[in-house]
Amino acid sequence: MRPSLQRYRNILDFALSSLLRRKGRNLALISVYTLVVFVIASLVFFVQALKREAHELLAQAPDMVVQRMVAGRHDPVPLAQVEAIRSIRGVDEVQARLWGYYYDPVFGGNLTVLATEDAALAPDAIWIGQGVARSMRVKEGDLIPLRGYDGQSTLFSIQKVLPESSELVSSDLVLMAPKDVRALFHFPEGLATDLAIQAGNPRELPTIAAKIVELFPDSRPILKSEILRTYEAVFDWRGGLMVVVLGSAVLSFIIFAWDKATGLSAEERKEIGVLKSLGWESSDVLLLKFWEGTVISVTAFLTGVLLAYAHVFFFSASLFEHALKGWSVLFPRFRLIPALDGYQLTVLFFLTVLPYTAATLVPSWRAATVDPDAAMRS
Amino acid sequence: MRKSTLCLAVTGALSALFLAMLIHARAQERTAASRRQPSAELVKQLGLTDLCLFTEARYTRHPAMADRHAAFQDHPMALDHFPSGALLAPPAFPSPHAPLPPAVPEHP
Repeated sequence: MRPSLQRYRNILDFALSSLLRRKGRNLALISVYTLVVFVIASLVFFVQALKREAHELLAQAPDMVVQRMVAGRHDPVPLAQVEAIRSIRGVDEVQARLWGYYYDPVFGGNLTVLATEDAALAPDAIWIGQGVARSMRVKEGDLIPLRGYDGQSTLFSIQKVLPESSELVSSDLVLMAPKDVRALFHFPEGLATDLAIQAGNPRELPTIAAKIVELFPDSRPILKSEILRTYEAVFDWRGGLMVVVLGSAVLSFIIFAWDKATGLSAEERKEIGVLKSLGWESSDVLLLKFWEGTVISVTAFLTGVLLAYAHVFFFSASLFEHALKGWSVLFPRFRLIPALDGYQLTVLFFLTVLPYTAATLVPSWRAATVDPDAAMRS
Repeated sequence: MRKSTLCLAVTGALSALFLAMLIHARAQERTAASRRQPSAELVKQLGLTDLCLFTEARYTRHPAMADRHAAFQDHPMALDHFPSGALLAPPAFPSPHAPLPPAVPEHP
């Protein structure tokens, strides 16, 4: 082995012996450090994967949704508007969507009831999402009663439970024929919840939206880009989930690094004094402290990131479940597809490893530059 | 065995696992399109606009369809009382009467 390499290994050996002398303290340090990296990395992985899913899945969403507003609230849209909107140049298709919410008093969950004209749907039958089947403890072929507007219950047979792989978009869905939706909610004929519009050229959407508002001033067009932007905003680092978890994790890391940076223990100062009196250069002491910091921070970083990856992509981010669940009774279970970003991993590395290493080097440098005699006496 | 040898072996093993993680993620991304297929088909067929993440309130179930004052929808001073409201910011797009983005000329 080359002498310079041998020197590094000797210092590393000494650094490890030094760490093992304060085994309990350093193990606690690595555990806290790993936990902080784990929380931050879990959040970054989770949010990034959800963002990617939202982007990929909602790319199939309607180009525009038109709602009608009455007194600042959504109101059903007259079907007469369908033809008027279809005649606008650039509009390919207008689909009247009929949907609403159903609160189930038995299990206390909110369902999204949506009309579908799929020919495969049998009369008086419904298709339900996995979340609904799980919460109601029902399966294909079972009958479930839904309480209508008049208090009368109607029995629907479950023809199909939507695939598990679609749970991220369909967990709380109940699909039924349009006539059943109208009967259940006493939804008047000639009205729809909103209109979904497909346009041939997405660049024409702002013009189409402007024409719709001109034709129907009480309408509110929502473009697909706005839908996508909503999900970008929800999972943005500046707001919501990110701030709640990231804030506490970063704060705890700052306290932790600050504690390190404020100085060495008397024992450590004495040790540096002894080393210097034995002939160690200041650069050797710094190298020793650098190795100590690197061993701790690299181990914590790699362990934290690996645990976070397993947590998010193998255990469906189960620790975040309670934060996401809120008061909802019906909660989707989904396995996210990894969407790792080299940039984010690099930022994570520089945010966690570098400040810690720097925080250990600064007090060591201060101690290494004082007179060894003074250091041993202090 | 020297302590440094053990330390380098552990770091090497963790680095190998880290590399395996990157390879696993890349492999998963390759099959992502087929795994998303059932969801993407449902979104297209039913014209869905939102992910089913928070089902506790209307504006958290369909944030893209909610209006700006969603958290105060019951009355003007009604504060948001659902925990998801703390995680989910209201939509940032303009109100129905705000000016629309500049129109792009239609193709002839």
